[in-house]
Amino acid sequence: MTNDMPILEVRDLCTTFSRGGVALPAVRDVSFNVGKGEVLGLVGESGSGKSVTLRSILGLSRRYGDVTGDVRWMGQDISRMPERKLRQIRGRDIAMIFQEPMTSLNPLLTVGMQLTETLKAHTDLGRAARRDRAIEMLDHVGIPSAASRLEEYPHQFSGGMRQRVMIAIALAANPKLLLADEPTTALDVTIQAQILDLILSLADELHMGVILVTHDLGVVAQTCENVAVMYAGRIVEQGSVRQVLRTPRHPYTVGLMRSVPQDVPPRTQLYSVPGTPPSLEALPAGCAFAPRCQNQTEACLSARPTLETISEGRAAACFNPMAIAQGEVA
Amino acid sequence: MTDITAISAEATPPQKTKLQLALRKPGFLIGTFIIGVSSLLALMPGVFAPLDPNFIDYNAVKQPPSWAHPFGTDMLGRDSLSRVIHAYSVNMQMAILATIFALIIGVVVGALVGFYRGIADMIFGRLVDAIITFPFLVLVIAVVAVLGPGLVNMYIAITLVGWVYYARLMRAEVIAQMGNDYASAGVVMGYSDSRIIFRHLLPNAITPVIVYWMTDMALAILLGSSLGYLGLGAQPPQAEWGVLIAEGRNFITTAWWLSLMPGIAIVLTGLGFSLVGDGLADLLRPRG
Amino acid sequence: MTQTVMEIRDVGLEFPLPRTLLDLLNKRPGRVVNALNGVSLQLHKGETLGVVGESGCGKSTLARCIVRLYEPQHGSIHFDGQDIFGAGMKKDRSYNRRVQMMFQDPYSSLNPRMTTGQILSEALKVHKMRPEDEIPTRVAELLELVRLPQDAAQKLPHEFSGGQRQRIAIARALAVEPEVLIADELVSALDVSVQAQVVNLLLELQERLNLTILFVAHDLRLVRHVSNRVAVIYLGRIVEIGDSETLFANPSHPYSQALLSAAPSINPDDKGEAIRLEGELPSPLNVPSGCPFHVRCRHASDLCKSEVPPLLAQEGRGEVACHHIEEINQHA
Repeated sequence: MTNDMPILEVRDLCTTFSRGGVALPAVRDVSFNVGKGEVLGLVGESGSGKSVTLRSILGLSRRYGDVTGDVRWMGQDISRMPERKLRQIRGRDIAMIFQEPMTSLNPLLTVGMQLTETLKAHTDLGRAARRDRAIEMLDHVGIPSAASRLEEYPHQFSGGMRQRVMIAIALAANPKLLLADEPTTALDVTIQAQILDLILSLADELHMGVILVTHDLGVVAQTCENVAVMYAGRIVEQGSVRQVLRTPRHPYTVGLMRSVPQDVPPRTQLYSVPGTPPSLEALPAGCAFAPRCQNQTEACLSARPTLETISEGRAAACFNPMAIAQGEVA
Repeated sequence: MTDITAISAEATPPQKTKLQLALRKPGFLIGTFIIGVSSLLALMPGVFAPLDPNFIDYNAVKQPPSWAHPFGTDMLGRDSLSRVIHAYSVNMQMAILATIFALIIGVVVGALVGFYRGIADMIFGRLVDAIITFPFLVLVIAVVAVLGPGLVNMYIAITLVGWVYYARLMRAEVIAQMGNDYASAGVVMGYSDSRIIFRHLLPNAITPVIVYWMTDMALAILLGSSLGYLGLGAQPPQAEWGVLIAEGRNFITTAWWLSLMPGIAIVLTGLGFSLVGDGLADLLRPRG
Repeated sequence: MTQTVMEIRDVGLEFPLPRTLLDLLNKRPGRVVNALNGVSLQLHKGETLGVVGESGCGKSTLARCIVRLYEPQHGSIHFDGQDIFGAGMKKDRSYNRRVQMMFQDPYSSLNPRMTTGQILSEALKVHKMRPEDEIPTRVAELLELVRLPQDAAQKLPHEFSGGQRQRIAIARALAVEPEVLIADELVSALDVSVQAQVVNLLLELQERLNLTILFVAHDLRLVRHVSNRVAVIYLGRIVEIGDSETLFANPSHPYSQALLSAAPSINPDDKGEAIRLEGELPSPLNVPSGCPFHVRCRHASDLCKSEVPPLLAQEGRGEVACHHIEEINQHA
């Protein structure tokens, strides 16, 4: 970590939705820090709680469920902050971009209007200055002939360009933290590479922290410094990307990595994690991963392992973590 | 908030049958109750009506509601309650007969033009435009005027105009369903068109049509009684709500119950169909 | 000895867009989406041919042409020596039995109102694969083949996870004992750990049943893993086709090179050569003249702007459609 003082501290975050009287523990005991300019990857499969974690940080989950735990932004607890005060932090200090840029942009307003609207809400720039800044922002995110494109509507932009617009809007107020929810999942690889490059260079230039939610380990490997692997609402492994991907200790991380057909002989059977992720209202009593785990023992079925530090900056929630040699993947 | 729904969709709860869920909604329960009672009255009016609906008693003309005649009596001394109950037979029959043929024709035509598109669809589109421009009632009255008054002609008139609405709905639904790959999969599997249309697309496309049918039955009762009121539908002395209201019209200030009671019957039955339709919309939607 | 089962020759398909009011006012013809612009390839018996490209490149359209969901305006597709759009063949439903397709979206490719058992027995009945009384046994066999529990037969699609639904789709395709399987983004909608299960199943079934597979996907690692040969498609044209290992180890076309280098490696130290493509995929509404890739290509010359490069066999490589193939690969 480059800075001593984290800008965002999340402690024991729990988010519970309920449906038809059944409680769905979507996020459980999630804790992590994000430092200035740090890019943290939150990786997991669908339903692992990664996106809900992101939304809970910004207070977007409160309306739908019960959120507990601390979310400290620059030392200030924002998890219990009233909506009105939170709104000033949202968008200004912490910005968010989503997976599907088409649905996050208002189709009836020009891109310029949507950009200047954000500027109006979060800065005290005058009309002309806002327009200049909007052009500058579009320029910055790599949209050619920005001035003329201000008058265009979202449908006139391609998927990649829309995501750039979203990023421009998110960055309009110079946020210190960017929450990116699968920002490239809907995009093609060549465009994905461009967008990830853009996010990285912006993080670097503006000393902006980034939390990148993704299901793609490749994206994590190529963009993040630190990573938290989530499974069934909990972080199961956490550490620097190099350590975690080089020597994964949690059997789930190992399973995820070995499912990726990279550096395996072609047309051979891939390693696959047996079974499917558990449903949230029928979580196993012990470790949620135990039923699919090759290292499973008696203890795993009855007790749940907590996230324990196993080495410097490295934590895993497992009673029988992989031996380093065993977990070696690359 | 897509993610939140995605999560809750993924986690399947201890399976409650959809019927159980639907029955928890008070609206659906009330609607089912109303329609159930209405159907009973319609099927066996003789059992529930205290008197013969056409029994004339000149000694009890225009009596206000009392224990002997809970809904009062009319200008000929007939028992209003018995007439309203007997009218259930005719009016519930309207709900079914005025809509069922429109439903069947509409579903088949809509499914076919939606599946094949092309020229047939273009002609259909023009036809729909032409028919929908006119208010429904005006068209029906025009057809009845040509065919002559009476219940059967009224059913024919409503069917002639009404099927278009079903067909339009069905066509749109079939086209939407064809966007799903299971329809393409049917083609790839080498299934016949009729199998794809009637076995695969139709069951998935028909839900909104069924829901619309429920509202349409309410409308059919309303339309039927309007025509009865105007003298174009059921003919007196037939006990029919529209006819009853028309009969009471001249005495509205002196014998208000004559028009009010059949009016309430219309409103209640209409409400019942709407509530059932609402509940069915949830009941028939496939999961997942 | 390779035997060609499917021969696709110069297939072109355009979708007309409805004429807009503006078009009518300007007396312009309606615009067309050029989905396929002359695709030729052969499918060999028992192989897996991977087809990769970005969204909108026409790879799914090609797959749908092969199973006759679309009819191309140009070119021809021959199966077993017969033109599948020819007068005699077009009504022949046995073609649909012999060539099957699996779709991307496991949530929409199964009829939500039919149980797995009904879905499978329908396929068996329509094509008379088994006498009526043997159908339940065969359904059980099929479920076992795709590793689904036997009680799956009584369940509706919504009761299954995405991966299980794709298994049902595979079982349905296999029910009619096809020779060729078209897998259109079969595992793209699935989570990584489940993807691996389905891919393993597909590979195993191919071996066991001697299937020929056209594997359409945008995930390069996956295509590399399952394919014997690979075709790279860009804007409705094949720009490179060849042996999978050669192509992935040593891509020749500048687009293939960029595509491969854009795929993020899971090794954090392997940052790749990072050939970043400029700009976006042009709209298939107006495909650039000449080589469709020239607007994004750093090697483009005037020749590329005016003439479409032919797909030519290269020494020690597959077939590549590029005017400057020799210079480019000298540097590499």
